[in-house]
Amino acid sequence: MTQIFGNLLSNYEDVVAVLLFSIGFCVLLFSRNLIKKVGLDIMDTGVFLLLASRGYIAGRHVPIIVDGITTAEYYINPIPAGLVLTGIVVSVSVSALMLSLTVRIYRTYHTLDVDALYMMMAVNKGGKP
Amino acid sequence: MRDKPILDPEFSSIWTLWKNGQIDLTTPLRSAGHQDPKSVREVEKYRPRRSREAYSQYVRRSTKLYKIAATCLCLIFITVMLLTVANLPPYGDPNAPTVNEVSERYLEEGTDETGAVNTVAGMILDYRAFDTLGESFVLFTSVCAVAILMNLSGKRQHIKHTKELINYADDMIVRGVCRFLIPVILIFGIYILLNGHLSPGGGFSGGAVLGAGLIIYAMVWGEEQASRIFPAKTVRLVVFCSLVFYCLAKSYSFYTGANHLPSAIPMGIPGHILSGGLIMPLNVAVGFVVCFTMYSFYMFFRRGRL
Repeated sequence: MTQIFGNLLSNYEDVVAVLLFSIGFCVLLFSRNLIKKVGLDIMDTGVFLLLASRGYIAGRHVPIIVDGITTAEYYINPIPAGLVLTGIVVSVSVSALMLSLTVRIYRTYHTLDVDALYMMMAVNKGGKP
Repeated sequence: MRDKPILDPEFSSIWTLWKNGQIDLTTPLRSAGHQDPKSVREVEKYRPRRSREAYSQYVRRSTKLYKIAATCLCLIFITVMLLTVANLPPYGDPNAPTVNEVSERYLEEGTDETGAVNTVAGMILDYRAFDTLGESFVLFTSVCAVAILMNLSGKRQHIKHTKELINYADDMIVRGVCRFLIPVILIFGIYILLNGHLSPGGGFSGGAVLGAGLIIYAMVWGEEQASRIFPAKTVRLVVFCSLVFYCLAKSYSFYTGANHLPSAIPMGIPGHILSGGLIMPLNVAVGFVVCFTMYSFYMFFRRGRL
């Protein structure tokens, strides 16, 4: 148990990433407004923080080769940075698409409350909740 | 149940009746001699099969159950993830399994093979250029989807354009600051684009900065003025040309250079602005795609068209 807590303390950046991810997940689960899709962005942020912290190596430098030093032991890992770039682009696209879907839902039903939407759809269908 | 008014005029009457429990609409209709079978059927269609009390009790119970289940799910999720984090290698460990021969190869040979000083730029625009092409197409596809969903032209134009309450271009402070700031933002974005292979930055970040400049312009001087400067045709043409240029350039450089075929693109001296082979033009192409994607997102959400 103490070992687990020690590991959590030494991996504090990953713990923060997990907390961010859980906050986004809770927003997705508990919010009643359809704008809760913002929770997905918070989850994305947690994932990016996890990737960036996994790429870091203590005491090493940014992977920009300036003084002709090409030994791999001098620089941090460049691969997670590229993965984070991919992730940011996909997250922007997904949130834009989802927000435009939300706008369409609001134009049709004039509400963003999930429960009210569900009730209206039930009434619309003819009674079955 | 909520007490919020439902704004839809089509549903409001039936909704309030149903909410107040006056759902036996069919009997007065029938007894009063309204024998119109269509209206009876209409009312029948909206009649819930349960009474209101039973229904609201059902809703309350299922909401409670949902909250308990969601809390349990969250707790299990957090516990599993924290246990995983506790078993990860320590933060900043040089012997972690992620530091393997792939990153070693990128760092040691990257500058010679791609000509880029910035290893990340060399990685995403040379070794993994197909990945970046896919990202550009993800952006393009999402712009297309947003354009379809937010389309206000033609028959779907049932949302009235609300007049701008404040005209920001009349405000002296806003106008003056933006006149000074927008060129600085655009020049900084171009600098990030062109130095992507030498310093931190590249197509995506530079394009985002350029897009921010265009969005500020559209916010302050209005969407009409912005669309006069960047008409929909121009935006479409620039994005299309950038994507086609990316495809052609990368399909050329994938077959030449590494496969014992000579490449016509000079590598240049690493560290100079004209170096890195195709990386700088590709950065500019990606930057244009990202910039106009951000700008079109703003315009579509703001006025429904470019």
